[in-house]
Amino acid sequence: MTPTEAGQVAVVAFAQSRHERATDGLSEVEMLLPVLRDVLDETGLSAGQIDFTCSGSSDYLAGRPFSFTMALDGVGAWPPIAESHVETDGAWALYEAWVKILTGEAETALVYSYGKSSAGDLPEVLTRQLDPYYLAPLWPDSVSLAALQTRALLDSGATSERELACIAARSRAAAADNPHAQLRGGPDAGALLEDAYVAQPLRTHDLPPVSDGAAAVVLAAGHTARRLASQPVWIRGMDHRIEAHSPGVRDLTRSPSTRLAAERAGLFEPGAPPVDIAELHAPFTAQEVVLRKALRLGEETAVNPSGGPLAANPVMAAGLVRIGEAAARIARGEARRAVAHATSGPCLQQNLVAVLESDGPAEDGPAEVGPAEDGPAEGGEGA
Amino acid sequence: MSNSTVPSGRGHGTEAAVGGGRGKEPVAVVGVGQTKHVSARRDVSIAGLVREAARRALEDAELAWGDVDAVVIGKAPDFFEGVMMPELYLADALGAVGKPMLRVHTAGSVGGSTALVAANLVAARVHRTVLTLAFEKQSESNAMWGLSLPVPFQQPLLAGAGGFFAPHVRAYMHRTSAPDHIGAMVAYKDRRNALKNPYAHLHEEDITLEKVRSSPMLWDPIRYSETCPSSDGACAMVLTDRAGAARTPRPPAWMHGGAMRSEPTLFAGKDAVSPRAGSDCAADVYRQAGITEPRRQIDAVEMYVPFSWYEPMWLENLGFAKEGQGWTMTESGATELDGDLPVNPSGGVLSTNPIGASGMLRFAEAALQVRGLAGAHQVEGARRALGHAYGGGAQFFSMWLVAADPPTT
Repeated sequence: MTPTEAGQVAVVAFAQSRHERATDGLSEVEMLLPVLRDVLDETGLSAGQIDFTCSGSSDYLAGRPFSFTMALDGVGAWPPIAESHVETDGAWALYEAWVKILTGEAETALVYSYGKSSAGDLPEVLTRQLDPYYLAPLWPDSVSLAALQTRALLDSGATSERELACIAARSRAAAADNPHAQLRGGPDAGALLEDAYVAQPLRTHDLPPVSDGAAAVVLAAGHTARRLASQPVWIRGMDHRIEAHSPGVRDLTRSPSTRLAAERAGLFEPGAPPVDIAELHAPFTAQEVVLRKALRLGEETAVNPSGGPLAANPVMAAGLVRIGEAAARIARGEARRAVAHATSGPCLQQNLVAVLESDGPAEDGPAEVGPAEDGPAEGGEGA
Repeated sequence: MSNSTVPSGRGHGTEAAVGGGRGKEPVAVVGVGQTKHVSARRDVSIAGLVREAARRALEDAELAWGDVDAVVIGKAPDFFEGVMMPELYLADALGAVGKPMLRVHTAGSVGGSTALVAANLVAARVHRTVLTLAFEKQSESNAMWGLSLPVPFQQPLLAGAGGFFAPHVRAYMHRTSAPDHIGAMVAYKDRRNALKNPYAHLHEEDITLEKVRSSPMLWDPIRYSETCPSSDGACAMVLTDRAGAARTPRPPAWMHGGAMRSEPTLFAGKDAVSPRAGSDCAADVYRQAGITEPRRQIDAVEMYVPFSWYEPMWLENLGFAKEGQGWTMTESGATELDGDLPVNPSGGVLSTNPIGASGMLRFAEAALQVRGLAGAHQVEGARRALGHAYGGGAQFFSMWLVAADPPTT
């Protein structure tokens, strides 16, 4: 088969669950199944018609080994399918699927991810992600590490507690229109700043909610993408980079890995159209400040119009949701160019950047493909 | 594919523009490294273990850390060491800082899947040279009980993998009327092959067929000497493109086909003895590589045999023997190091089992065979070799076929 050019792979469908604090009555596969059904329905494909399937999840959230094997029951992998899995956020599963399509071995790919953070104490679980010899024995949880990062940023003068409260308020206000979000609407920044600290300098509003949720995306190459969606959203470039692990050896006020990934993904290409929206996987308010700078985002870019991870943070799916949300807005005609970002590890250790674009007026297909609102924009209600 | 209605070729995230008319970039294995596999490497951390294998792969390729564009790493469940997503902490040890690092986890097949994901980065021309690595440091925890955490409302795995697979072995024996001693023959062969592999975990100098046959019964019909050990170990490979292979000092192994297939764990109608995902996966690899008569055209096989009986079972599943005839092939001696289809000349999983790395060891040993660098366990004149891995409830499969000659297309 002929390889597909980078830039000619598109998001043709996206679905997500309603993200909730706890889905006690549902197994992971039960949470995932409606989302898979929704995303396939959008394309009219069955699981057996998909060339490649890739998922992202974590055994440590599930509290059991091989947790992803049960999710495969939700896909219906019979007859057998070409399938892979990454032990991290689904954004990296999407990256693996994107590469598979670039080889020409697949024209379509189903990507999904899910996480039930409610099964354990999430900040404590995430301490097990740290260097097992030098860091994990200290049990620094994700909130404490974010507090250190936020303190570094405040001390550098790059932000203020008021700006962080404004980020929180803006995110949750934006989520008022997002039926999938967990925290929708809320007090303004002034009211938020009257709260006590959770872990100095963090107040509750600086933290993401603990969420259970799932998301799924269908990718397709070139002409197949046009056949499957009225408004395919093209991944113009994608890259990811990792930094040193120990927070102590990094400048936590900067994200050089995000900057490099963005360069490689073509975000800063001279003459490119402006970035209309950015969906940033910044679970803590200060991380948005770091990422804005790394991605050189200005006032013309709307950040996290979905509400972002501060409104719903299904760990292992939240990064994939960013790509899906950005693509959905482009498919709906609300934006021409977007950047989607996903992160993994403590204090933004690893970052992925995808640049998404519509065709643009010059390249619009013929009218018979149907109006944009029939496109792959509507996420499934899911669980 | 015509470019008439797809967007202009502006695309990013790849090392080189991909030409519309060109095929995939050929993928070459130019470096292989592994640790000496033992039950407990108490002298090194997890980082020290993986770095040792990676450094040996780079030394084989005569490349430096800076020559690597990306790292793809795999391992089996994180509970096996008790570290969640350990690749984050391993970024420094593997020279990945500032580079892409991707973690694959597809159960026991992961070592193979990881190599295939890495190969795709080269084949798609996203990167030119990729370091791929898989490991397990079982001594950090306890894999058997790590596999056996009770989960509400789900069928328990009981005590480790042997309890799960023993009934499948019994079903094979029943289906084919295979005599009881076949499993012991496989174990006796693999443990003797391991004596020729300095990296193998088990070096049982005094092994005899009788010792295997009289070892304690663990999971009937699987005896102690017919089961894999628990190992600490890592395996790494350097994969590169045509230009990289042209510069490499030692003969490369060329990838001619690679595939993954998955099916659900349990369902009515599942053939647990010869899963369709396995035969489909092999068929895909053979199609890519132009293999029509596997037994005649393939010179050596490194297959994932954690319990002795899986050799005859996979011989049938992979098309090397007719249905029901796998055990006669084993019994005939065809799979011995000097047979017409040597299976697991390295000693295989039965002699070395750092779980996450076990699949990559199969892929890497297949590459060593066609490179002519397998040392004392070299199969004379091997030109084409198959690497095979499986995992989960015999439901995840990954395979590749490597050859001494580059692909012609």
